[in-house]
Amino acid sequence: MRAVWCCTTAGCTSMTNHDADDMMPPVQPPRSPGLPLPRFDTPLVPRNSISGRALVAVVAIMTFLASLTTGAVILVSGAASEWQADVSREITIQVIPAPNRNVDDIVTKATAVARPFRGISEVRAYTKEESAKLLEPWLGSGLSLDTLPVPRLIVLKMSSNPAPDLPQLRKLLAEQAPGATLDDHRGWIERMRAMTATAIAAGIGILILMIAATVLSVTFATRGAMATNKIVIEVLHFVGAKNGFIAGHFQRHFLLLGLQGGAIGGGGAVLLFALAGLLSRWFSGTASGDQTAAMFGSFSIGMTGYIAVVCQVVLIAVVTAWTSRQTVNRTLEAMD
Amino acid sequence: MVRFENVGLRYGIGPEVLRDLTFRIEPHSFQFLTGPSGAGKTSLLRLLFLSLKPTRGLITQFGHDVATLSRDAVATLRRRIGIVFQDFRLLDHMSLYENVALPLRVMGRPEESYRDEVIELLKWVDLGERMWALPPVLSGGEKQRAAIARAVIARPQLLLADEPTGNVDPTLAQRLLRLFIELNKSGTSVVIATHDIALMDQYDARRLVLHDGRLHIYD
Repeated sequence: MRAVWCCTTAGCTSMTNHDADDMMPPVQPPRSPGLPLPRFDTPLVPRNSISGRALVAVVAIMTFLASLTTGAVILVSGAASEWQADVSREITIQVIPAPNRNVDDIVTKATAVARPFRGISEVRAYTKEESAKLLEPWLGSGLSLDTLPVPRLIVLKMSSNPAPDLPQLRKLLAEQAPGATLDDHRGWIERMRAMTATAIAAGIGILILMIAATVLSVTFATRGAMATNKIVIEVLHFVGAKNGFIAGHFQRHFLLLGLQGGAIGGGGAVLLFALAGLLSRWFSGTASGDQTAAMFGSFSIGMTGYIAVVCQVVLIAVVTAWTSRQTVNRTLEAMD
Repeated sequence: MVRFENVGLRYGIGPEVLRDLTFRIEPHSFQFLTGPSGAGKTSLLRLLFLSLKPTRGLITQFGHDVATLSRDAVATLRRRIGIVFQDFRLLDHMSLYENVALPLRVMGRPEESYRDEVIELLKWVDLGERMWALPPVLSGGEKQRAAIARAVIARPQLLLADEPTGNVDPTLAQRLLRLFIELNKSGTSVVIATHDIALMDQYDARRLVLHDGRLHIYD
């Protein structure tokens, strides 16, 4: 059945220019060939609204901060593990000078004991000059070790497999190189392990707070953006759209806004880490550069870091989309 | 088509705003709904539009007891009803063409199947030259006609209009009434809520008069 306004295939008449009697049959001229056909191109949920842009900005800023926190936790955790691994891979033989003790001789004997020992991959005895260099930051240059009872060090690198039998090594040293003592840095490693665990736990705590703050601020920003779309929800509802249809449109729209903001924030954080890495390589060799590198490593957050940033971006986008869906459902429930 | 039996409505714990409404709206019928301000006209329209549920009584629409319908079923049923709001409720970010085509888009129809129909309707309400315009640049009368076009584009079986002539001059009010009469002649049942006595006097139709929450019917 044709509608009252669809009178012929040629067109129809106007309600305002004719009396009721001449509304049918129609006298509509054919469509002007010069005019383009109208198209339904506009998305149902308005794009580029001020509230939408503000939401993208909030998401971008919060993702940036959360990604920085994640990266910092990964860097500190990586650097701490590296310090711990470096220290625990090394043990030291110390020869303390004493009256009537030939330090050089003991160093030679201790080196001879350690070198063939099973589980020791590298043996390096520090010379007098190298020992003086180690003390240089505290005692200044031009130091003569002969006047000071400075212990001589032999640094042993352990292989991971097989692990060396340290009590046996200690026993051999006592027998063949009296005066040489073995320090396996156990106390230092324990302190390092505790410090590392504390640093990582604090970092994870800060990260959890940061993610919670991000989720909350994104949730409220999304609700704010949704408030301006209430009329769209109402109109769609009144023209017969099902709740799932309306919620789906808003969810898709806000998922895209969340991804857009997240990509800006997460991308910014990744760029910042890349820049810091470049700068750290640039300043490598200088005193401050080496100190920073010792503290934070190479500033590379690695694949784990990139995956964590991507996960955060996705999480924040999903939170944005989910909040919009919840808000639509609440609005529709209030209407019915 | 629509049957109310002893319907009552109250908001929260307040007094009943509608009491013991019993009436029918028959297919192809035309009626004015009138009464003083605050009498409950908009509430009754909302009950008819399924956006409110009665506190008591039975409402049957198109053969369905509305109290037993799911949300999706209500949405589907609502597609058989067109509504014209007093404040138009056009979407400002969409062109007039898109606003009018919205109910058909929501139904999932492809644009090729409804484009000509929408253009013809816009021409019929004398908005053919304005179909690319956005609502904020339209006059009150143009918005009103666009809102009516959107309400009727899906060829509803029941058309509800809340003060459709409230924002227009008498000449345009007469033209809008003519539009509603034409739609009624094509088979749509029409309910027009209005205060406009002059408008009602122009067409001899059934009058539903609300007073103190009760309905008086003048056939």
